[in-house]
Amino acid sequence: MRGRLLRSRTLHGFLFTAPLLFLFAAFVIYPMTMGVWFALDADAYRALFSDPIFRQTAINTLWYVGVAVNVKLVLALLLSGILDYPFRWIRLLAALFLIPWAIPALPGILSFRWMLNSQWGIFNYLLGVFGLPSVPWLAQYWTALGAVMVFHIWKYLPFWTIIFLAGRRAIPNELYEAAAIDGASSVQNFWHVTFPLLRNLYLICTLLSMVFTLGDFTVPWLMTGGAPGDSTHVLATLAYRYTFTMGRLEWGMATFAVAMPATLVFIGMLLRWVKI
Amino acid sequence: MSRARHSRALHVWLSVVAVVMLAWTLFPVYYMLLLSFTPTNDLFKPGLYVEHPTIRNYVYTMGQDNPFVRYFWQQIGNSLVIAVWAMVVVAAIAAFGSFAMARINFRFRRWVSGLTLFTYVIPSSFLSIPFFRMMADYDLIDSKLAVVLAMVTFASPYALWVLSDYARSLPPEIEEAGAIDGAGILATFFHLYLPLIRPPLIAIGTYAFLYAWNEYLYALLLLTGEPRITLPVAMGNFLTTDNAPWNLLMAVSTVYSIPPVVLYYVFKRYLVSGLVSGAVSGS
Repeated sequence: MRGRLLRSRTLHGFLFTAPLLFLFAAFVIYPMTMGVWFALDADAYRALFSDPIFRQTAINTLWYVGVAVNVKLVLALLLSGILDYPFRWIRLLAALFLIPWAIPALPGILSFRWMLNSQWGIFNYLLGVFGLPSVPWLAQYWTALGAVMVFHIWKYLPFWTIIFLAGRRAIPNELYEAAAIDGASSVQNFWHVTFPLLRNLYLICTLLSMVFTLGDFTVPWLMTGGAPGDSTHVLATLAYRYTFTMGRLEWGMATFAVAMPATLVFIGMLLRWVKI
Repeated sequence: MSRARHSRALHVWLSVVAVVMLAWTLFPVYYMLLLSFTPTNDLFKPGLYVEHPTIRNYVYTMGQDNPFVRYFWQQIGNSLVIAVWAMVVVAAIAAFGSFAMARINFRFRRWVSGLTLFTYVIPSSFLSIPFFRMMADYDLIDSKLAVVLAMVTFASPYALWVLSDYARSLPPEIEEAGAIDGAGILATFFHLYLPLIRPPLIAIGTYAFLYAWNEYLYALLLLTGEPRITLPVAMGNFLTTDNAPWNLLMAVSTVYSIPPVVLYYVFKRYLVSGLVSGAVSGS
């Protein structure tokens, strides 16, 4: 009797999750195995590591993931404190602040690109108004990579701010009241109450955001497309270039394979902390 | 007295931060709108406002009256069809899945959970090239089905996460009520469970719709040919020509942004609480 119940539970669980399992097997596990299979080509790695563009790309990706994500999350943590004030106009501010999150990435990127246009963009126009020389924003390495990072921050800051705001709201008020009795300043409040309680959330968000950004294609591709001179590629855009522009499928696969160990470490850490 | 002064200082400080935040947030949006109302003659005269605003860019877009927007309606239709399919399929799959994950204590649950999280976390671009190969092998390049499959795969994990989280908070009486009525598990699912998870179902349906509506990479890889691509891919293609009509492009951008912005603000309550319960309970 008990055995039958258990079996029927297992069967039901399996049936109800069957569509999901099918999806993951067919479109995640299978393509991944295929990718690993294609990437088992030692020549591809030799070619990659001797390609200066690949090395540059690895450095760019580290910049993008290391700097853009962390600047964004520190800002999000601080701004969530602003949005936590219980004034009515703050709610309006929060609603407007969410706009970049609501707008798809592409229109935003296009707007940034035209603003950064070296001849007709508003930034160089304003520089001109103040008598400063114009800057070829997207035509030189640092400003082009900087534009990718700034756009990333612009687009994704609101999302993480809202996440941290919810984290702050989950902190019981009594803790702040106790701190107020001890005469804590707002900086002390932050370091001794808010941050210790948000630390886990902050770490998880950092890991998640880093993994997502590691594979970002849309922002770098549409902002610079690797220009100037293939110097601002990140992993995903370089893999696209290898595969579809140069027709070297195995190089494209290998590009991602190089990032897999780090990705799996991130995923392993997340799997330990997060449960569904 | 001191407290009043303190709160005034606080308000000044908050207002300064608010102004900076709004300028940073809104300027690119303002600039997009500005450009979309700029006549071509003024396009190369940058400024903070437009001297002769015109709706001609929108008229051209709607009337498909320019080589760049020749297939505008077709392309926005493609985006819409893909997004609606993704929404429906994700909602269905996640509803079934969450019932098992939250309400049935079955043996391989941890495996399903791990696999789901893995799919959620792995960057979808890492799988894009093998996925493309696979679809080419099955002769599915240029079909909406290929894009829908990709979108459903990558939007499902998060949807499952949010739904399961919500479903776990429901009282255990659901199954008991079902058992008393002698209802089978399917009847319990459809008549008792499904009506209860309506709010998060709306949230994740919206999420899946937006996920697919916003997708660029997979649509770029899997669709070719102007009448078959989605709107963002078409907009990206503008950039490959030197004489792209930027004001027209911004009109298309604005139209493309309207559905997601409306959905965000209409369903913001659901979206934010869903997201947040997922993220916060994860900590």
